[in-house]
Amino acid sequence: MSLKQKLLDLFKRIEKVQTGGGTKAIEKQVAMGKLPARERITTLLDRDSFHEYDLFVEHKCADFDMDKKKLAADGVITGTGSISGHPVGIFAQDFTVAGGSLGLMHARKITKIMDHSIKMGIPLIGINDSGGARIQEGVNSLAGYGEIFYRNTLASGVIPQISVILGPCAGGAVYSPALTDFVFVVDKISKMFITGPEVIKTVLGEEISMEDLGGAKVHTEITGNAHFFAESEQECFQQIKKLVSFIPWNNKKKADSLPPRPPKSNYNVENIIPLDPKKPYDIRDVIKSICDDSDFFEIQKSWAANIVIGFARLNGETVGIVGNQPLVLAGVLDVDSSDKAARFIRYCDAFNIPLITLVDLPGYLPGIDQEHAGVIRHGAKILYAYSEATVPKITVILRKAYGGGYIAMCSRHLGADFVFAWPSAEIAVMGPEGAANIIFKAEIAGAEDPNEMRRQKVLEYTEKFANPYIAAANGHVDSIINPSETREFLIHAITVSANKSEVRAFRKHGIPPF
Amino acid sequence: MSNNNLKSIVIDDSVYETGLTKKYLNRKTYKPVDQKRVNAFIPGLIQKVFVKVGDKVKAGDKLLILEAMKMQNIVNAPLAGIIRVVPKEGILVKKNELLVDIE
Repeated sequence: MSLKQKLLDLFKRIEKVQTGGGTKAIEKQVAMGKLPARERITTLLDRDSFHEYDLFVEHKCADFDMDKKKLAADGVITGTGSISGHPVGIFAQDFTVAGGSLGLMHARKITKIMDHSIKMGIPLIGINDSGGARIQEGVNSLAGYGEIFYRNTLASGVIPQISVILGPCAGGAVYSPALTDFVFVVDKISKMFITGPEVIKTVLGEEISMEDLGGAKVHTEITGNAHFFAESEQECFQQIKKLVSFIPWNNKKKADSLPPRPPKSNYNVENIIPLDPKKPYDIRDVIKSICDDSDFFEIQKSWAANIVIGFARLNGETVGIVGNQPLVLAGVLDVDSSDKAARFIRYCDAFNIPLITLVDLPGYLPGIDQEHAGVIRHGAKILYAYSEATVPKITVILRKAYGGGYIAMCSRHLGADFVFAWPSAEIAVMGPEGAANIIFKAEIAGAEDPNEMRRQKVLEYTEKFANPYIAAANGHVDSIINPSETREFLIHAITVSANKSEVRAFRKHGIPPF
Repeated sequence: MSNNNLKSIVIDDSVYETGLTKKYLNRKTYKPVDQKRVNAFIPGLIQKVFVKVGDKVKAGDKLLILEAMKMQNIVNAPLAGIIRVVPKEGILVKKNELLVDIE
């Protein structure tokens, strides 16, 4: 055979495998609003940047007549490429090949590209679209899942791991995305659950649709399992590209800096906050009035909305922002918002992203449901995450900072490097009403007009304690600043912290209140 | 969230104007456990009933077998008393459905 003939043979082989599960199966995939697996990769990555590996891998199962079945690329496409010039490792399960089912070789292709990404220090993107374990392969398909979870864990905090759910992802398979940093879902396409509607019906007699059990909306609004919601696969890919622009390739690098851009003029920081601490506003308007180009990339927008997290840029540098949201539940900390913030803080700390905390909260949410849901254990996560973080930590107290909420929101006491307060800040053990009712209980009860006495005492307390000056007098706050100077103070703080180093005692790892 | 969705929430005697979440609005009100009412802890099948109405039971006596998740769960009496209500064998029960009432 001449080289030319050998090449023709190669092309024929490639073409055969690249048709995946065949034209009919691909047509079915497309009819569901889903792109074929290889097209998903080429759409997401920079044009012509995708290099595929292990195209000719075959499964080795001989049971149940599997030896007579050829599965193109064993149902998963793996390789490397780039997004806006950033190199990435990627895999995409091909639902047209045996339902994207995971057998041992399918899993080994995935673990190989995972190992490769860890070694090269590049982000890994996994596109999930699979019916689950390949039952014919028995315990070997379970082995495959386990080997993936193991690597997800080893890669955690070393390289960014992004999971994209573009089809079913059920049973044990859900635990790979759950172990990764960011999960993207698409409306009506993504389905994630441990046990599906069929099992729930037979075992428990309860009926529910796949969409209501584990659709994209459920995971972005109720469970918090997903971080980004999109209406279409195209929109989802745009979100991934944007995320990648904010994060570094690995934990030894810093995120790319871009040319600095001022905030847009329609976000004026001085006009956002009502002076009455009991009136709400949208904290995202404050963020947009501070960050470059007023461009705030919010994460987990629809879940635990009483806290807002996301990435932005200050003077061109990526920062992670955590802010209480007075517009939802008065911005309190509770079980879900603590979980949400704590995980994000740890992400930023692992990947060298400075943390900016914007504080305006009345404290923790009271309630039997919260106590019984373990708000002690969950609330502790935010204390742990902030205290543990060694990236630059900059806190701005906008208005209320009461009680345990004040401590938890990256106070000086948890190791904040810079604490600024606006003149509107109220740093106190609790709100004036609650404090006056306790401290002046006897006076109020004994007064001729208890309501008038209460009003007076509340006013007295407000004037004396509802301000930032007592905290400033104790050095808990570094500077009381004009709100319009906030951006300038933050940029300066980040510049000063460029070479921050903090050495901690050796330990294998801490024991956070998981 | 538009401003006409604003409600209020009380924290440490202060009333804050704010939006409320679905989860907050749907939170369950707490009910203390009534030991006399034995409810299904899991949805399942009443496979066998060992007691009938009027029986005297001691704490720990077997009441019934609730089959769920391929497991035959034995449900015992939490306290001593006289049986007032029992389920029929072979029926499916929902979670938290009343199985046995002890007086």
